Amino acid sequence: MSRYIDISLRVNGEDVRATVPSRLNLVDFLREELSLTGSHVGCEHGVCGACTLTVNGDTVRGCLMLAAQADGKEITTIEGLAENGQSAQLQAAFTKHNALQCGFCTPGMLASALGYLNTGGSADRDAIRQHISGNYCRCTGYQSIVNAICDVIEETSI
Amino acid sequence: MTGPAHIFDKPNRYIGKPEPRADAARLLQGRGIYVDDQKLPRMVHAAFVRSPHAHATILSINAEEARAATGVVAVYSGEDLAKHVTPYVGTLTHLAGLRSMPQHPLAVGVARWQGEPVVMIVATSRALAEDACELVYVDYAELPAAVDSETALDTGAPIIHSELGSNLAWERDVVVGDIDAAFAAPDVHVVERQFRFGRHTGVTLETRGTVCDYDPSEDQLTVYYSGQAPHMMQVIFSKHLDLPEENIRVISNDVGGSFGIKIHTYGDEIATAAAAKLLKRPVKFIADRFESFLTDIHARDHIVRAKMGVTEAGKIVGIDFDDLTGIGPFSMYPRTSAIECNQVLNLTGAPYVMENYRAKGRVVFQNKTLMCQYRAVGHPIAMAIADGLLEDAARKIGMDPVALREINLMADDSYPRTSATGMKLDDLSHKRALRKLTDLMNYDGLRARQTLARKKGIYRGIGFVSMVEVTNPSPMFYGIGGAPIASQDGATVRLDAGGALHVSSSITEQGQGTNAILAQIAAGVFGVDLNRVKVTTGDTATTPYGGGTWASRGAGIGGEAMLQAAQALKDQVLEVAGVMLQTGVETLDIQSGAVTDIDGSVRLTLADLARTVYYRGNELPNDLNPELIATRHYRVTDFPFVFTNGAMAAHVEVDIETGFVKVLHFWAVEDCGRVINPLLVDEQIRGGVVQGIGGALYEECHYSPDGQFLNATMADYMVPMASEMPEITIAHIETPTKTSILGAKGAGEAGTGGAPAAILNAVNDALSPLGASIWQMPMTPERILASLNQADCN
Amino acid sequence: MKAPDFDYLRPASLAAAVAMLVEYDGEAMPLAGGQSLMPMMNFRMAAPEALIDLVNLSELRGIWVESDTIRIGAMTSYADLKGDAAVQKHIPLFSLALPHIAHDAIRNRGTIGGSLALADPAAEMPALMLALNANIEVEGPDGARMLSADDFFLGMFETALDGELIKAIHIPVAKSEQRFGFHELTQRHGDYALAGVAIVQTSNTYRAAFFGVADRATRVPKLEAALEQNEDITSVLAHLNSVDFTDDIKANHTTRQRLAGVALKRALKGMTT
Repeated sequence: MSRYIDISLRVNGEDVRATVPSRLNLVDFLREELSLTGSHVGCEHGVCGACTLTVNGDTVRGCLMLAAQADGKEITTIEGLAENGQSAQLQAAFTKHNALQCGFCTPGMLASALGYLNTGGSADRDAIRQHISGNYCRCTGYQSIVNAICDVIEETSI
Repeated sequence: MTGPAHIFDKPNRYIGKPEPRADAARLLQGRGIYVDDQKLPRMVHAAFVRSPHAHATILSINAEEARAATGVVAVYSGEDLAKHVTPYVGTLTHLAGLRSMPQHPLAVGVARWQGEPVVMIVATSRALAEDACELVYVDYAELPAAVDSETALDTGAPIIHSELGSNLAWERDVVVGDIDAAFAAPDVHVVERQFRFGRHTGVTLETRGTVCDYDPSEDQLTVYYSGQAPHMMQVIFSKHLDLPEENIRVISNDVGGSFGIKIHTYGDEIATAAAAKLLKRPVKFIADRFESFLTDIHARDHIVRAKMGVTEAGKIVGIDFDDLTGIGPFSMYPRTSAIECNQVLNLTGAPYVMENYRAKGRVVFQNKTLMCQYRAVGHPIAMAIADGLLEDAARKIGMDPVALREINLMADDSYPRTSATGMKLDDLSHKRALRKLTDLMNYDGLRARQTLARKKGIYRGIGFVSMVEVTNPSPMFYGIGGAPIASQDGATVRLDAGGALHVSSSITEQGQGTNAILAQIAAGVFGVDLNRVKVTTGDTATTPYGGGTWASRGAGIGGEAMLQAAQALKDQVLEVAGVMLQTGVETLDIQSGAVTDIDGSVRLTLADLARTVYYRGNELPNDLNPELIATRHYRVTDFPFVFTNGAMAAHVEVDIETGFVKVLHFWAVEDCGRVINPLLVDEQIRGGVVQGIGGALYEECHYSPDGQFLNATMADYMVPMASEMPEITIAHIETPTKTSILGAKGAGEAGTGGAPAAILNAVNDALSPLGASIWQMPMTPERILASLNQADCN
Repeated sequence: MKAPDFDYLRPASLAAAVAMLVEYDGEAMPLAGGQSLMPMMNFRMAAPEALIDLVNLSELRGIWVESDTIRIGAMTSYADLKGDAAVQKHIPLFSLALPHIAHDAIRNRGTIGGSLALADPAAEMPALMLALNANIEVEGPDGARMLSADDFFLGMFETALDGELIKAIHIPVAKSEQRFGFHELTQRHGDYALAGVAIVQTSNTYRAAFFGVADRATRVPKLEAALEQNEDITSVLAHLNSVDFTDDIKANHTTRQRLAGVALKRALKGMTT
């Protein structure tokens, strides 16, 4: 039995074909094989949220998905969100509110925030906090992140 | 301190402004460069076999299968590396009596904590290295472990280093006045409590890691470093790997959080550098989360028996305490693991006037993960002791805790002065901060609502802390004890041909906004637009020599150096401009990238001036030697440290059925001198408060009786997440420090230093009508329920 | 850590998947959402020879309402459950519980079948099955069978599955005379519970399943009877004494029992139709 598998997927709008070890997880695949180092690894346990990225429009933990399971799927990383403009408003709001310091949680935090915005989340601070409660940030204390997300919601609804 | 005071005669264009960080864009687009993002040609990967035991003799290591495994490039034992790396000892001469033993990067002969690296495997991928680790067979003979700090000094306790004769690493006594007499006075009430502070750790989201590259053709070691003090590491690598300092380049790009964790010397990182030197190719080591838990320094493990005496009228007569703290089997190198205890001894009660003080500190070795400086070193313990006892005393004599503070806080106009422990204090504003705090939080309103809530069986509490924070340390902190740790920092400012400013500094960035404030100071003092300033930090090859960022020294020390360098360059440029424009320099200024009249009308752009100097020197008088670059260094001379002060408050609700604590709101009033960027300072304070709440309610490293770390995962070790954290309201007071022109003090650690005390006091305030109290952190539901049970029984 | 190596297989049918499990003779593990299995692999606490990815098994997907039962394919994710109109209408208990299960990124991948097959004592889903009196349809080398939830959870991470895969979960459609309650006590949103309970009251009968408190999701029949008899809360809670409450670093058994009681009281107080 082979311990490698051929996969074919779309990453940030580009077709990718690769032969990967069965055991390689998605975030390691993106970082090591495609040099998309914008997604980060914080625990490999699914708890810290640093590896959160978007697969077929849904947020997933990149450390808990095998690259093999990404076969046939559409992946968007923080780099892709910047290129396609989806994170532009969030970027501006995060910058304005200083909603990041070291930046390590930021890719996962943006993916989660975008998930909230895309499902029409309201500017309810408790609801926002609950939504990002799976993304660990040690630097900011979370308040500025909530401020930034609220800003984008309020801007969009004008 | 004299100097160009005119810089702040009028509001500065950038200093004091909430400018957004230029670094944010990069990080928001996924273009940060953290250590694990580094990929070098022929790079190989390290993994470690680590001791599963807290204390064990290493009888034999059989790595033959591992050596033959797929992708394995090298296997090293402790003995192998000991031939290439000299051991290190974490002692400093100014901590008299501190003892420790030499430590090797990989254990040699004996493993002394669960997680100590024993064998290093280097392979073509991390996964293959880990596969090979499973093929290493280490024969251990378990030894009795000294796990419990309270029994570490008992006769018969296992002694970790027989050469030392006991597990005592250090002790110190501080005696001021006559505490026994003071407590014995007739109208004095004495409150006594035993505090337990849970060992916890930093949990930086980016784990520790390093990429080390050795080029034999130049005998050059390059280290990609996730940490705070590149120059210190340069010395350490040089000393222990036998390389000239100048042949070592330490580069710090983006760092995913540090908080002091990444400022210490870790065996697996030293081993990685040694492996690179031996293999003559890049070696990467990235700790996984489990490894980080087991080896990142821990902190805050203290058991304190403490007493405070107050008179009937509310005057504090003194504090008396005994602090026992457990560290690891070694004092961490090079900063020592005695500093945290020393801070507790030095800082407890520092905001308050008192004539009597007695404190005993004992630091003991344990077979647990090493302990050392972590954000707000010692402050959470010191503030909790003093302010916890203060509010306990307030309840005892029936006085409001704010009123009790007002009686005892040092008056704002009473400086310079010293604390009871001899700390030199100046430019503090305790009383003003407390008043501002009570206004900000509408204290009277909160108390009224608390009373109403109690009637409905809802138990809310309000708790305070008045605190000092150590910042801007002088050489007295480390340098005098022999540590290769710079306490001065330098800044270089260079005007380039196009009119842009390139600046570099020896302080470092871990996300707090170091680069941003350096740019703001340079732009604001020199006179260019902020977006024309480019900042270089974190590279020993290209920056001035200095200490890096720690102990909240970046803004105060690095910032001052940048201010002075920018001012010097301005003077130099105006000298050239004066000659070019045939006018006196006193008629000129630099504003928005041009040389102007004092009123702002443009005379000459900086680019024109610079291009003339650089390309057309023939247009200048022969005796004019323009220097469009300036470097200045700065150190604190008048004081061992420059203190900031703060007043904070927490409003909590305790669910007495479950023991759960909800933090409803938190306020912090901070006086950190001149604020360079309030947007950055506010988030530092908020992040610090949340970290402090973590220590107060959630975070603890649990050990089994035989020294196994039981909760070393993100699921079992609880860090604060967004849902449970409060909104945090912040206000500032600015009392500039007279020790520099900039007048900035540090602000990075106050939140973490003060929040635990405020939360402790709030919880006890909530529980007080029920006759219950809790003096152990973290204040878990189980412990709060136990304290309620205790009260029921009484 | 990086996961140990394994063969990765992607069968096209349930029968093929079952055959592969037999072929690997206990050394292969099925992979559903991976939200619990991958952490174990990443800690090297699970090291199977092969992972059998169930992603292509169409027999395990879908949600159907069949007269008085709603049938949910085992590979249905928590997110799919949360967003499904039929589930929202017919299983109100899920609407109460699902927001408490982990976080979006986990819910997007984690599956109901995966959760039940794992039988984590702290997980919500097994308790929801007990409370709802669900039936679990499984298929193995010896054919298909239906197990009641009461017979399914045997111990800590131990189920009645015998080389079998869960195919579908059959849940009775909610009736108008039913009321539902759910309460979970966690220090942080999304954590595994320190104690939790899911309750279904049908006219005068109660099914109350506790989770996070013992070695498996647990009903206490005598406690349910006491609720049915309308006994006062103290004597209802006294029946918790028969449960072997877990001791761990977060809470000892005494605290857990106390918290289980509080969860029950609060769930009862908040029951809805």
